[in-house]
Amino acid sequence: MWEDIKDWASDFFVTGDPLIYGADVGIVLASLSILFVLTYFKKWKWLWSEWITTVDHKKIGIMYIIAALLMLFRGGMDALLMRTQLVMPDMEFLKPEHYNEIFTTHGVIMILFMAMPLMFGLFNIAVPLQIGARDVAFPVLNSLSFWLFFMGAMLFNLSFVIGGSPNAGWLAYPPLSETMFNPGVGQDFYIWGIQISGIGSLMTGINFIVTILKMRAPGMKLMKMPMFTWSVFASSLTIMLAFPILTVTLALLFIDRFLGAHFFTLDAGGNPMMYINLIWMWGHPEVYIVILPAFGIFSDIVSTFSKKKVFGYKSMVFALMIISVVSFVTWAHHFFTMGSGASVNAFFAISTMVIAIPTGVKVFNWLFTMYKGKISFKSPMLWTMGFIPCFVVGGLTGVMLSVAPADFQFHNSYFLIAHFHQVLIGGVAFGYFAGLYYWWPKMFGFKLDEKLGKWAFWLWNIGFYVCFMPQYVLGLMGMTRRYSTYSWDTGWFGLNLVSTIGAFIMGAGFLVQVWQIVYSIKKMDKDTTGDPWDARTLEWSIPSPAPMYNFATDPRVSDVDEWWEEKQRIAAGKPTPKPALEPIHMPKNSAMPIFKATFWFLAGFGFVFDWMWLALPAMAGVGITMLVYSFNYDTEYYIPVDEIRKTEAAAGRAV
Amino acid sequence: MSHNANHAVQGHGHDHGGHHDLDALRQMGFWLFLITDCILFGTLFATYIVLHNNTAGGPTASELFEMPGVIAETFILLTSSFTSGLAVLCMNRGNKKGLIGWLIVTVLLGASFVTLEVTEFLKMIDEGAKISTSAFLSGFYTLVGTHGLHVSVGLVWMTALIIQLSKRGITKTTRRKINIISLYWHFLDAVWIFVFTIVYMMGVM
Repeated sequence: MWEDIKDWASDFFVTGDPLIYGADVGIVLASLSILFVLTYFKKWKWLWSEWITTVDHKKIGIMYIIAALLMLFRGGMDALLMRTQLVMPDMEFLKPEHYNEIFTTHGVIMILFMAMPLMFGLFNIAVPLQIGARDVAFPVLNSLSFWLFFMGAMLFNLSFVIGGSPNAGWLAYPPLSETMFNPGVGQDFYIWGIQISGIGSLMTGINFIVTILKMRAPGMKLMKMPMFTWSVFASSLTIMLAFPILTVTLALLFIDRFLGAHFFTLDAGGNPMMYINLIWMWGHPEVYIVILPAFGIFSDIVSTFSKKKVFGYKSMVFALMIISVVSFVTWAHHFFTMGSGASVNAFFAISTMVIAIPTGVKVFNWLFTMYKGKISFKSPMLWTMGFIPCFVVGGLTGVMLSVAPADFQFHNSYFLIAHFHQVLIGGVAFGYFAGLYYWWPKMFGFKLDEKLGKWAFWLWNIGFYVCFMPQYVLGLMGMTRRYSTYSWDTGWFGLNLVSTIGAFIMGAGFLVQVWQIVYSIKKMDKDTTGDPWDARTLEWSIPSPAPMYNFATDPRVSDVDEWWEEKQRIAAGKPTPKPALEPIHMPKNSAMPIFKATFWFLAGFGFVFDWMWLALPAMAGVGITMLVYSFNYDTEYYIPVDEIRKTEAAAGRAV
Repeated sequence: MSHNANHAVQGHGHDHGGHHDLDALRQMGFWLFLITDCILFGTLFATYIVLHNNTAGGPTASELFEMPGVIAETFILLTSSFTSGLAVLCMNRGNKKGLIGWLIVTVLLGASFVTLEVTEFLKMIDEGAKISTSAFLSGFYTLVGTHGLHVSVGLVWMTALIIQLSKRGITKTTRRKINIISLYWHFLDAVWIFVFTIVYMMGVM
């Protein structure tokens, strides 16, 4: 009996590696201390009613951001482990199988569980405030999206200590990801972790399209929306059209593994290239999904910190929308080597080059916005200035990769690795950091320390170039991706050493950011104005942090930079009169999302281990929570005028 | 109760110049969901079309499909779409009994569609045409099965709405819910027309 249990446990838990035992101990200790703190300080009820069941977009945004930063830590640790393994030839720090798992989880976590939630966090924080709305269109669905992302991320990360991590690369190409070559549970964790959070992402896309189209303040025409809101609209549209393809692709892979079907197998007529086409039909738009909001953040920041209207507003909007459309017809550039023939490759090469045009338009617009502006170099602006040259170089190497015949040389080499890290770190990560620094006072009501912020920026920026510039050269020297080790006679030692040093400099940058947050919480430099950057859009017209109903009265909009214009009107003694206070209609908290997401988590876990006794009841639980929610008609309430008046007075505003 | 909910929703639309009327938001959200569902089915159709000749020595479409049953399914589903339309017409006239009656007819027709489909699948599996037999059959079962799953979810949903209607009558909220499920139902009907044409008709021709 005891032997049986031991056998089962050694199969169920990942064993054999001291790193993993360390992680086991860490996870148990962290969980116990969280439970202890919550119980000791009697915070369970607070956690439940203020956070877990909340439908307030600002709190959901904060939860997204916290989760994303934790995932950034894990993904970053994966990166440092890989760079340590590659620091010199013939290293024996990680075993090849372990290395495979780490590059797989690094990619998945950074794109799907770091970039996406950080992006959704910023959507949630900023969009309703920028358009003068009280919440998103579907607040309960918004909470459900968050919990689905959270449970998906947890399920995926569980594979580190239970069952074994996926190891077939971040996009899990078959036939390697099929049962024939990958019989363990790692790929099933991959499928269900991404599937569950992907459903959440899809719903967020729909939610923000409706929010932006239907909930803008009176007077805010489409062409009067702030640039960030436009970029969220473009990104959400792309999410809505791309994510269903991911859902189907992962489902088909699972049906292959679970029911022995033959979509992507090598035998019985299956077609692995079908998977690779499908996954990139989602995957390519996906990288534009994450970069477009960064473009929006930069546009708002550039105009705020240059004290000018954004240059070429209309062309900015058209560029965003063109990128989101053309992103759907470039997917085959990820596998020019498939052998689909010259004309197919030519089409995808040209469509890829075409994308560079609207992107270039945006870069010039940012530069012209700064031209003759009164620029102040605060943290958000620093990241923006760091982004522009970095993204231009990353974009140019992208155009080099789009040249189909040349790509036969670059394909899957470190040249490619350097390219996409340059656009994803230099573009997406820098963009979201800029956004975090920019909206931080609005989220929490205090400012982040500028001096530590400069340290973090320079460490990241220098570390980035030190890490990735050598990788372009390594790629041209013939080093291909996913090598777990290399020999002395390759001549790759020096450049790899430099690259690893760069990675650790970026790691130091992250540590400084953590210290910056802790230090700023202690210092508590409160933002009493609600408008610490002297900014231009509506989110800065209300107190920091925003009251739960956002706007005491609906703002009236007549200009793109409405708050800037209003400040001019106030200075001239002619402020727009505010309508009288009225009771505000708000959605009630809901426990449905956490229950439903938990059932999804259990169902996913059951399917991973083929435990139908768990998976089927859990799926039934998903259905039942939906039905119970459908029968609940008591979902809204009013905030009385008195309470609004009190809240506004507490924030120092007369109404 | 129903009166309060109704009042709250209308009051809201009125308070803020109607610029975020909850029912309009939900209606629009559902249309967008249908677009995503279109893409979902589009991907499954594309996969089926790519793989449909890869029978790997197993049975082919023309050996396998029995059209009389499929034609019966088609007429049953088309009729159910018609009856769900009649239900909405009754709702618009304020006729609660007619509404619930036609919804029940729709549910019964939908249930017989699903039963026929499951019987067809079981028979094929019995003849040795399993999902693991060939890429063609993997594509077939997944595409047609996903449609069947959608219909089944619709049946549970419609039943839940029938119960809500009988408790609360025709209110602004239940009206929105019925409008949305009838959209869903018509959508599944449209998808079936493509299934019938591309999978079955082109399969036996």
